[in-house]
Amino acid sequence: MNRIFPLTLLGLVVIFVAVAGYFLTKPDFNPSSIPSALVSQPVPEFALEPIDGVDTPGLTTADLKGQGLTLVNVFASWCGPCRAEHPILTRMGQDQDLRIVAINYKDQPAAAADWLEELGNPYELIGSDFSGRAGIEWGVTGVPETFIVSNDGIVLHRFPGPVVGDGQRRFQEALDAAKASQ
Amino acid sequence: MKRLALILCLLAAPLFAVEPDEVLDDPVLEERAREISAEVRCVVCQNEPIDSSNAGVARDLRLIIRERLVAGDTNDEVFEYLVARYGDFVLFNPPWRPSTYALWLGPFVILALGFLAVFMALRSKRGQMTPSLTPEEQARLDALRKKDIP
Repeated sequence: MNRIFPLTLLGLVVIFVAVAGYFLTKPDFNPSSIPSALVSQPVPEFALEPIDGVDTPGLTTADLKGQGLTLVNVFASWCGPCRAEHPILTRMGQDQDLRIVAINYKDQPAAAADWLEELGNPYELIGSDFSGRAGIEWGVTGVPETFIVSNDGIVLHRFPGPVVGDGQRRFQEALDAAKASQ
Repeated sequence: MKRLALILCLLAAPLFAVEPDEVLDDPVLEERAREISAEVRCVVCQNEPIDSSNAGVARDLRLIIRERLVAGDTNDEVFEYLVARYGDFVLFNPPWRPSTYALWLGPFVILALGFLAVFMALRSKRGQMTPSLTPEEQARLDALRKKDIP
């Protein structure tokens, strides 16, 4: 007994340190984030009409193939964090010469039109997903979400949440990796 | 006033997430839809099945499950549809595959380690409880035994 007990204790400590060390070395680990099933898969089949009252054309699967690296931003006018990330995405698009398209998720067309009028429209194409159906095809769990799609129409990265602060740094890392892979 | 409050409390039916307009006419299909929904994790409020979640996405998924059942999908095909979009994460009952071996086998491994520890502890304890007698003790024991027998 006296021989076994310290040995067991040591074993438990070793296991604890190993597990804690593993998660400490992964600072971006978030147990409540959902790993995307879409990464390294082709973009899902979908076809969205433009937003009523906005000049930007709609968005379909075909628009994401052979058009270079593209960011697909899922946004809604009713979503606060979308407002926060909007200027940052706009600037990223200008500074890095990125193609940005959007899915307007479960939004009233008039509200979306006002929102774009107020904050500016950095999107080349915008599909209006009033029913949220295309969102489900993309495995969207909430807004905002931003996907990085390759020239071949393969989803390279899914970024849930706003591209602000530390999120911007993590998104930029994923974007740099995506650019390097092209 | 108290009585009114009581009556109002009784009148308030338990609130179900599944809304009346979602329910299918076919009771068999509806039953299957409910079974599937109970097994699917809501992607917004993650410890809740979509069957009891009031989140918008959960409602959308419930409707899609019913649509697919009406279109003639089997339960497995419905699960495949959901997993293709949201990954294994949406299943409360994770599948058996290499990436989940640790999940399924881990508890049994820990249980086996526990049994091993108990076994070893008991064995070493038994060794301590029956120490051999020194020659003097043995001599005394023998003497006592002889004395007892008349």
